[in-house]
Amino acid sequence: MIAYQGAEQLQRFGANLYIADLVGLSMVRELSPLITAIIVAGRSGSAYTAQIGTMKVTEEIDALRTIGVGPLDLLVLPKVAALAIALPLLTVYTDMMGMLGGMIMARAQLQVSFTTFLNRLQEAVSLTSYLIGIGKAPVFAVIIALVGCYQGFGVTGSAESVGRQTTVSVVQSIFLVILSDAFFSIAFSWLNL
Amino acid sequence: MTEAVLEVRDLHTRFGRAVVHAGVGFSVRRGEVFALVGASGCGKTTLLREMILLQAPASGSIRIFGQEATGLSDEGALGLRRRWGVMFERGALFSALTVTENVAMVLEEHTALSVQLRAEVAAVKIALTGLPPDAGQKYPSELSGGMRKRAALARALALDPELLFLDEPTAGLDPLSAGGIDELVRQLRDALGLTIMMVTHDLDLLWRTADRVAVLGDGNILGIGTMPELAKSEHPLVHEYFYGPRGRAAREQAWNRR
Repeated sequence: MIAYQGAEQLQRFGANLYIADLVGLSMVRELSPLITAIIVAGRSGSAYTAQIGTMKVTEEIDALRTIGVGPLDLLVLPKVAALAIALPLLTVYTDMMGMLGGMIMARAQLQVSFTTFLNRLQEAVSLTSYLIGIGKAPVFAVIIALVGCYQGFGVTGSAESVGRQTTVSVVQSIFLVILSDAFFSIAFSWLNL
Repeated sequence: MTEAVLEVRDLHTRFGRAVVHAGVGFSVRRGEVFALVGASGCGKTTLLREMILLQAPASGSIRIFGQEATGLSDEGALGLRRRWGVMFERGALFSALTVTENVAMVLEEHTALSVQLRAEVAAVKIALTGLPPDAGQKYPSELSGGMRKRAALARALALDPELLFLDEPTAGLDPLSAGGIDELVRQLRDALGLTIMMVTHDLDLLWRTADRVAVLGDGNILGIGTMPELAKSEHPLVHEYFYGPRGRAAREQAWNRR
């Protein structure tokens, strides 16, 4: 998409080759961690809330406590850990898919060959940029998992409440992810990364 | 007089400005089936939740096995929790686990038994509650309401508790299954010497199993005693509870059986 939009602009300046910089940097640093986090918030964050919320309604959480198992140990920590591992991996996957898409568009519209694109990409995207992108993912993951679980525990009484908390959970986690992304940008520009 | 297993004294509970309990007190003796009854919304379930330490009362004392139970942390409550079993109204079985796994999980948490032994103990508990052996392999969603209650009871019995809390053991069951639960409660008390504390609306269950009954209403205990004693009570609310049309039918049935 970026390649498609950007292509026309770049063509005007005769800077076809910079398509790799545009796609590479924007995807790796910003877009792919963010897009992945938003998709995962919609998919896994909501599932966390729904699962814990349902357990709350069916008194399973109470049952856990009477058995002497802490709900936090059993329900929250594994989810946080799992997502903190999974989200960076998914981000890598999104990176690859984004590059592939960019490459195809670059060739179709700007006649930039795959090899030229890849060569240019190596120069444009530094390892730091790549790591910054991936490094944000675990932070987003922790936010999504914690918000999902927290809202799950906020469920009271009925199945209707599960639905309401799930919506709140998705909205809140996406908002917090975007907010923290903004903080990352500020912090990185201070650090001149 | 035998020792009190559970003793509630001067218990107060408030939700915001609504007073739920204002000085509730009673004691449950070892080996008896004690029932707590009362109209919906009078705070029976809240009281039960306070006794199993899921909720804290505003003030008052709850002593279980002679130990003060209010104000305990989750860690501090562990010792007490091992000595009682709880059956929740809707069973609260873990839906991702089979019945056997549900029972075995409790054992895993509190004992050092091997996997093999845990499965065997679980099978014994499941059989004890009158479930067929093949029920152990099933998931809670595959069981009928009555079977689910029995499975929940099996889990409550996993650690050989001395005290059993039952929340509405017969709610939502057909008369036949409910009758089975009546029978089961009696058998458990007689065979295992359990002390049973239950919350119920089921008058048949009360007549058939309860040794003593406390009627909760207006934030207080309105009457406490055996069923025939309570049936003679002068208190208007207690009277209404036992002499409403359904109360009368259950009582007549109970008398006919004697």
